[in-house]
Amino acid sequence: MNHDPAAIEKIIRRGRIITLAGFIGLLGVYILALGYTPAEKMQGLAFKILYVHAPAAWAMETAFVLVGVVGLLYFWLQDARLDVFAEASASVGMVFGAVLLITGPIWGRTIWGAWWAWDPRLTFTLLLYLMFAGYFALRSALRDPVERARFGAVIGVMGMLLVPFIHLTVYLFRSQHPMPVLGRPPCPPDAPNCAPSLPWVLLKPLLISFAVFTILYIGFVTIRYGIGLKRMMMEERDAG
Amino acid sequence: MLLGTALVIAAKDLRIEWRHRTAFTTAVLFAVLVLLVAVFAHDGATIQLRDLGPSVLWVVLSLSTLVTLNRAFLLERENRALDGILMAPVSATALFWGKWLANLVLVVVVMVVAIPLWMIFFNIEPSLRIFGVGAVALLAAAGFTAPGTLFSAMAVRTRFAELLLPVLLLPFLIPPLFFAAQATTQLLADAPIGELWGWLRLLALYDIAFLALAAMLFPAVMDQ
Repeated sequence: MNHDPAAIEKIIRRGRIITLAGFIGLLGVYILALGYTPAEKMQGLAFKILYVHAPAAWAMETAFVLVGVVGLLYFWLQDARLDVFAEASASVGMVFGAVLLITGPIWGRTIWGAWWAWDPRLTFTLLLYLMFAGYFALRSALRDPVERARFGAVIGVMGMLLVPFIHLTVYLFRSQHPMPVLGRPPCPPDAPNCAPSLPWVLLKPLLISFAVFTILYIGFVTIRYGIGLKRMMMEERDAG
Repeated sequence: MLLGTALVIAAKDLRIEWRHRTAFTTAVLFAVLVLLVAVFAHDGATIQLRDLGPSVLWVVLSLSTLVTLNRAFLLERENRALDGILMAPVSATALFWGKWLANLVLVVVVMVVAIPLWMIFFNIEPSLRIFGVGAVALLAAAGFTAPGTLFSAMAVRTRFAELLLPVLLLPFLIPPLFFAAQATTQLLADAPIGELWGWLRLLALYDIAFLALAAMLFPAVMDQ
């Protein structure tokens, strides 16, 4: 497959601009969340970790789901660029997964009194993270790019089927994670145990943070995709 | 046709194993050693050995499955035997089912030896419920070997097959391992059969889903 080096450079440059915009947005989220958002009534300052934790979860899940979807497309289209995208998305997913796995225990220690309480969502993330660590271990052990793409797609598709089973497993195992605060109907007046949904003043920075993390995901993946295309070009050149 | 070819491949693998008995002997020895490790690692003063029984059984069975699965395609690497199989007029799907069947038989044979030893070491009273544990083990073995057969075919193409297989496979073994351990705990606690049913259904669902997908993806792994 022929690749135009100038076009690849353009992709990387575009990725850098998007990432820069994402980082500026992230700075804005920090200022908004730390300086202009009141502390939550029950959790106090610890609640503010949500502004990084939840959007990182969203970005990680998007990244990993796309690896599976692109894996399926690869079997159909056999286009090497799809594998380059899958690898880029998986590696960015690992970064957001690391953010999630670091911020989750910090919040858990403050609120639950334990770094790791086998909370289903964190455990789910950890298992998914380990599965993708295996994905990278396999890729790094393969030299043939076609084999690497095919095996990567196999793991991606198998991973998609594993997700509902892990989900079920971790929930049957234990659950003490707070319920979602988005998209939930308001509490009826005769339900004293119903947790209220997030007030707008706390919700607004969260929604902005989701948008910022999406921009960061797109920026990181674009850069990684460009680098992947460059590597593919070099491998093709070396293969003669 | 597919079933016949699969049976021929499984019979070939099992015949080779019967002649050498390397995988079987190693896996059984490994299972016994892990049982002993679990016994010596537990604090006898605070935890009853019997309470640990179901957890230890499933740690032992899943790890010895890994040892057994490692051999499935390593066998074919010697003298490039895999090239011979791929050149034969045999469909990759038949190859998957044959390899899976051979793996399943081997894993079940290891379990047949390991479960009585576990009963002795962990003072589990023999009763009819042990047949229930055997049925759970059979369902779990089918689930363990489904992604296991697919991944061992991929791992063998690398120089680090023995290291890669556990890293790839263990995240996939967590759900069936959990369902099987829960079912075993219920069985040993004399829980009503109705309570077991849910775990068995989940195990069967896992088996069907992963066997179907692994069989579909296997030709892509074998494509050269």
